Amino acid sequence: MEDVIIGLEIHVQLNRLQSKMFCGCSTAYHNSPPNSHTCPVCLGLPGSLPVINKKAVEYGIKVGLALSCKIEEETLFYRKNYYYPDLPKGFQISQYDYPLATQGHIMILGDDDKERNIRINRAHMEEDPGRLVHAGTIDKAKYTMVDYNRCGMPLLEVVTEPDLSSPKEARAFLDKLKSILEYLDVFDGSQEGSMRVDANISLKGGDRSEVKNISGFKGVEKALSYEITRQRNLARRNIKVVQETRHFDELRKITVSIRSKVGAHDYRYYPEADLTVMRIASWVPAIKATLPELPDAKRERFVKQYGLADDHAKSLTSEIRVANFYEAVAAKAAPKLAAVWIADVLKGELNYRDLSIESFSEKHMTEIVQMLEKAKITENGAVQIIRELLDKKEGSPQEIVQSKGLGKAEDDAVQKAVKEAVAESAAAVADYKAGSERALNFIVGLVMKKTRGKASAGEVHRLVKEEVEKA
Amino acid sequence: MLSELKAKLLAESCEEYLCRLFERIEKSSLNAFTTLAKESALKEARQFDKNPDQGLLAGVPIAIKECISTRGIETNCSSKILRGYIPPYDAHVIERLKAEGAIIMGKTNMDEFAMGTSTETSCFGPTKNPWDHTCVPGGSSGGSAAVVAGGEAPCSLGSDTGGSVRCPASFCGIVGLKPTYGLISRFGLVAYANSLEQIGPLTHTVEDTALLMEVISGHDKRDSTSAKGERRSYLPGLGEGISGLKIGIPKEYFGEGVNKDVEKAVWDGIHTLESQGASWQEISLPHTRYALAAYYVIAMSEASSNLARFDGLRYGSRMGEDKDWHTTFSAIRAQGFGPEVKRRIMLGTYALSAGYYGRYYLKALKVRTLIKEDFLRAFKEVDLLASPTMPIPAFKIGERINDPLSLYMADVFTVPINLAGVPAISVPCGFAGHLPIGLQLIGPHFGEAAVLRAAQAFEAATPFHEAKPEVI
Ligand SMILES: [Zn+2]
Repeated sequence: MEDVIIGLEIHVQLNRLQSKMFCGCSTAYHNSPPNSHTCPVCLGLPGSLPVINKKAVEYGIKVGLALSCKIEEETLFYRKNYYYPDLPKGFQISQYDYPLATQGHIMILGDDDKERNIRINRAHMEEDPGRLVHAGTIDKAKYTMVDYNRCGMPLLEVVTEPDLSSPKEARAFLDKLKSILEYLDVFDGSQEGSMRVDANISLKGGDRSEVKNISGFKGVEKALSYEITRQRNLARRNIKVVQETRHFDELRKITVSIRSKVGAHDYRYYPEADLTVMRIASWVPAIKATLPELPDAKRERFVKQYGLADDHAKSLTSEIRVANFYEAVAAKAAPKLAAVWIADVLKGELNYRDLSIESFSEKHMTEIVQMLEKAKITENGAVQIIRELLDKKEGSPQEIVQSKGLGKAEDDAVQKAVKEAVAESAAAVADYKAGSERALNFIVGLVMKKTRGKASAGEVHRLVKEEVEKA
Repeated sequence: MLSELKAKLLAESCEEYLCRLFERIEKSSLNAFTTLAKESALKEARQFDKNPDQGLLAGVPIAIKECISTRGIETNCSSKILRGYIPPYDAHVIERLKAEGAIIMGKTNMDEFAMGTSTETSCFGPTKNPWDHTCVPGGSSGGSAAVVAGGEAPCSLGSDTGGSVRCPASFCGIVGLKPTYGLISRFGLVAYANSLEQIGPLTHTVEDTALLMEVISGHDKRDSTSAKGERRSYLPGLGEGISGLKIGIPKEYFGEGVNKDVEKAVWDGIHTLESQGASWQEISLPHTRYALAAYYVIAMSEASSNLARFDGLRYGSRMGEDKDWHTTFSAIRAQGFGPEVKRRIMLGTYALSAGYYGRYYLKALKVRTLIKEDFLRAFKEVDLLASPTMPIPAFKIGERINDPLSLYMADVFTVPINLAGVPAISVPCGFAGHLPIGLQLIGPHFGEAAVLRAAQAFEAATPFHEAKPEVI
């Protein structure tokens, strides 16, 4: 979409940390009663003071480095002042000038199927506000409850340049960012609300609107598509797009204008004097040394080391857990065959069931690939085994092969036919031993006849050859 | 005095001593205490009598300013908006006091959120000066100074953002110290202007202040601005004398606007120090005249942010009827804050707004740097500085409350010290009529030991700390 300009601000909870950004409260608040993970600091009680979680800043720097950002010499926190009930201090501790990281980029596959460089403007740290629970929808709720468990969660805000040109590209960017964050082990995307997106969107020449607080990647695609249609319709009717903040209503799948009483935002940013300036330049070398192999590098290595097709390598490396799963299988079974079966079959079956790779065991996958390799099961049989394991959640590939008669019985028949055929073809065996490779074809033909074509010719050829050499 | 009191408490009964104090407080007309923790204090006193512990302040009762968090005792900053708020935790200084055996008597009146020089902006009404009940005790720690001067508590803690410990110490004729920024943890001190304020002791003698400093100073990892390094000791250096000490007299702190009696008493004080072996020379702190403006811009800007959390939603007073959130919290803030607090929040909000930030806040920070450099330069030449604490003695209740500018002007010699972050003490140095006058001794960063030593030498050579107001 050549006339669409999209920039994203992504709020990432660094939820692999043990404690919150400025206090000792645990980050494992999901499934806990409301307001049970709080203390005077994250509740903003009078007299409480923040203390920086150094590990959070290290994680932030790690992400900055992985996004090829420049890490600032010094970084400091600011107060962003605004009133909102989820913000117990009346300000949010955030960053403004001298953020942690600036000027990075991420490569994504663009709409034109070419790799595109999306520039990152900055990445900065801040604390998450609490969570509002509305009784009903945001515009009709009679009352609202506040849960401060989330308050003070370490957040990294990643801000892109307006380099994205379609909802699909925005989605591709988010997928890639998520992938990198999980590779770094700073982020667990499975936690609810762990990544929230504000999107700025405009049509060339028009004013932009900002859609705030979209959670979920599908939500981003839908909100952006709706917003593009809305802005196009306005343009068609010669109505100017108003620069405003909008909210994505997930139930109705539309964006609605939020008329904020605060009016034009003046956050009155000023340095947080309760915290001191951090000289982080000296931290960088040690953090750099801990950076793992990132998705793009792993993808390249998979192509080289295992001889995979690039699309298979890409599919296998988009999630660190899938990549690790693949490598564990590839260590014990044919790597190319494993790539095809994990990337094309297993991932599809998981997706269909909305399951993650943890739902399938490496050991089972290894067995399946090994059986395929030795032609002990057919492709169709392998798919059935995978489905059975996912749906029943019990048994092993071997057991399923047996109980469903997916191969072993046929194998016996083939073996038996091979033995008979070799015994019946003394002349052909002699010819083969005398050096005529083609003599085997006669025996293979005999086996195919005996098994009524059920066996695979290649496999039969291998078995016949084995049997003849034994003879 | 506290060392004698400790001996007396051991020999006699802590409970009886405390009972006499509470009796006196209950009959008092000073309006200095706001909340009494009578039950818990007497319980601790009985405990002490049964089984005296060995802490530095074992059995010593102490009064605490309303803005210092005390677990289980209401902490309301003398503001209607915080009425009923009982902190679930103790400030660092309270933990330290309790660890050394001190007994928390209760909370003392102050200017609302420490915004004032007279303790008149309190929601509990003004505290009276023990030396003259028609006069203010100074502020903002007016209650903490009045209870000590009026014999209602042997010592107290206040907080000093722009002179709030030293001003009431001066007006009430006692000793008050504003320590170096970072020496005492602010954890639990309800913030007014967090880059400026420190908790400080108010006592009868310099030795008592040194003793309290031993207890409450030191690093606390919960306050990121708390200074690291070894714990310093203040008692051992006392009594070593001041022979050879070089004292600077900042010429900008004398002359126009300074009351004649104050000026004379301070000069007499300087000559007393000279007679004790110190020398003095005039020096200049050239940026002094910009200090007040810079101070008020910074303090109000920070206040506008620090006081944003008070909305009646989670704690404090929930006044009026619940409507939508915005209307409800606006109404609560409108009713809960007094006029001086509102004035400062509005001015501070303005100073931080887009378009004005550079003109006011950033400029004030630049002035702050210049003022700090003034002090650093001075301390290359001299060991300490001496000046009046306040340009005037205590004024009448009601006299200046409707003239904020004249009230702000009274802070002219105390605010530069907070901007620079250096320590300063006020010690009694004479009287203007029947009203006490304070001498301010200013030291370099973390120079408390020298400040206390000089103040103690001065005290030993003068009778003023022994004077007591007639108790009415
Ligand atoms: Zn907490």
